Amino acid sequence: MTLNRRGFIGSAAAVAGALAAPMVMAQGKPRVVVVGGGAGGATAARYIAKDSKGEVDVTLIEPTRSYYTCFFSNLYIGGFKDMNDLGHTYGGLAANGVNVVHDWAVGVDRDAKTVGLAGGGSVAYDKLVLSPGIDFVDGSVEGWDLSAQNAMPHAYKAGSQSELLRAQLESMPQGGTYAMVAPPNPYRCPPGPYERVSMVAHYLKVNNPTAKILVADPKPKFSKQALFEEGWNNHYSGMIDWIGDDFGGGNVSVDPGAMTVSIDGEVTKVDVCNVIPGMKAGRIAELAGVTDGNWAPVNAADMSTKADADIYVLGDASQQGDMPKSGFSANSQAKVCANAVRGALTGSKVFPAKFSNTCWSLIETNDGVKVGATYEATEEKIAKVDGFISQTGESADVRKATYEESEGWYTGITSDMFG
Amino acid sequence: MSEEAALSATPDIPEPALAEGTAAQVVLASADAPADPQMAAGEDAFQQCSGCHEIGQGAEHGIGPHLNGLFGRVAGSHGDFRYSEAFQRAKSGALTWDAKMLDAFLKDPRSLTSGTRMSFRGIKDASERATLIGYLRAFSDDPADIPEAAPTKQASDHNLDPAILALKGDPEYGEYLSGECTTCHQASGGDTGIPSIVLWPEEDFVIAMHAYKNKTRTHPVMQMVAGRLGDEEIAALAAYFGQLE
Repeated sequence: MTLNRRGFIGSAAAVAGALAAPMVMAQGKPRVVVVGGGAGGATAARYIAKDSKGEVDVTLIEPTRSYYTCFFSNLYIGGFKDMNDLGHTYGGLAANGVNVVHDWAVGVDRDAKTVGLAGGGSVAYDKLVLSPGIDFVDGSVEGWDLSAQNAMPHAYKAGSQSELLRAQLESMPQGGTYAMVAPPNPYRCPPGPYERVSMVAHYLKVNNPTAKILVADPKPKFSKQALFEEGWNNHYSGMIDWIGDDFGGGNVSVDPGAMTVSIDGEVTKVDVCNVIPGMKAGRIAELAGVTDGNWAPVNAADMSTKADADIYVLGDASQQGDMPKSGFSANSQAKVCANAVRGALTGSKVFPAKFSNTCWSLIETNDGVKVGATYEATEEKIAKVDGFISQTGESADVRKATYEESEGWYTGITSDMFG
Repeated sequence: MSEEAALSATPDIPEPALAEGTAAQVVLASADAPADPQMAAGEDAFQQCSGCHEIGQGAEHGIGPHLNGLFGRVAGSHGDFRYSEAFQRAKSGALTWDAKMLDAFLKDPRSLTSGTRMSFRGIKDASERATLIGYLRAFSDDPADIPEAAPTKQASDHNLDPAILALKGDPEYGEYLSGECTTCHQASGGDTGIPSIVLWPEEDFVIAMHAYKNKTRTHPVMQMVAGRLGDEEIAALAAYFGQLE
């Protein structure tokens, strides 16, 4: 089919154009399939359905019926949120006209333009939006693979893994050791591991004050480092030992059977070991053939992939330039993509791309900090325009207001995603 | 407080509050019956505030906080007064009362501190505001430091080019741009943790956004977002959010 079509285009473009239009009409409304119902996918599905007012047929493929946001899951581990606070269902999207299919997407046939489902059958698309989040890189941490995720949880996809980590934290013996193996760049939610360290420290300070936290980090520095270190010093003095790459933090192996961590040759027996491995695009992006290395390169103007103009990749899985991998970023990219996809399918007006991101982190009760930036689309990437970060030494009032603002944001973005 | 209440509210003075709030006026009227005509005019102007605010010797908090020592004080900073969330935010943003801020606030309280409980439509007449500000200033420390003529030399509450205010926004463009706002501000108008931005009068919206853009308003996220919006884009957003539902 691909060959035939190319033949047409090559010999008579006008004929090909005339052929393409009736094809769409014959099939009824243009069809968009979105894979993944998180910050990128849910937002894209909702906006395309909402703004096209029924002109575009939108199908969302998402395996889980209750989606737990990764953002704020550290606050669950710290005891500031219930798991129920993080759970969302897809009824609002269905009410907005999105056809929600709870299944795994297991393959993409780019010639036939269909997405295969684990439950059998396939769904046809004119435009495909992939927002699959992350998977882990095999062999990223020596001694760890997915079969070890019960002994040494990653808790970097929210839900049962978060609950497991919290349960292990509660079971730690007095004076025990909580170890974290932090991920290499780039990864989902740059301040996430360090907010988690703060939340674990908050729990231990109250319930297990002689316990220690040991962090092995393959990076020489990390997001909001000055703010976190100031906070750790103020609130959790002496509890947290962060070993960066300069001190062998990248030379790590684990033994899930023996519950040991080896850092630069020194073996430590630990009680909890939170391994956050290196990351790559969710597997469906790789199966669709739109990845290059670990991520899917995209065009900044509309989030379409470099590999296929009819496939878009949003959020963590995309390789777009300067934006951090975050729920806020995915939501922002989704709205640019939705506008472009709708324009391509219905001729609606396409406005220039604008992106923004803000990441809030909680260090201790009412001690919130944030970092944010705005971005624009250039020829080669999404490029940073302007940014800000919380300052060290801010007043308690400012930090409290920042935390309250983050709670407002959570309500805002989840309304924006799920309707 | 609802936008509607604010829009319809006139500075009606509740009777009981007026009765309670007259202590200050009594002091002024009896002790030093204003020899200064500016003070006399200010006292008249203050009538519309005195239902809720006391000023002068012995002034206490009423429905609103007392206004002694207002100049140079950080907004929302009386430890013993329960402020609206709007003023708690203003405090954390270190908004400080000076003649310029007071003028902006008195012109349209909700424009400077959206969500204030102060149910007051504002004073549109610039000279009346100047008179009132001059009067308020007399109850702050060392008012002599401020040149006597200043209140009558107030600029308007914003320096916006009238051409910017006159721009007619494109709501369709505003709808697209609004995606950047609704990640935090709920399109439904909900205002937990982050203020509502729907159904504002368009002019208030434009003035507020330009105040972030030129960094008069202090919030860093909003300064960043507004900082790269052009005049047309701000007008488009004002048009879109002004007519939502």
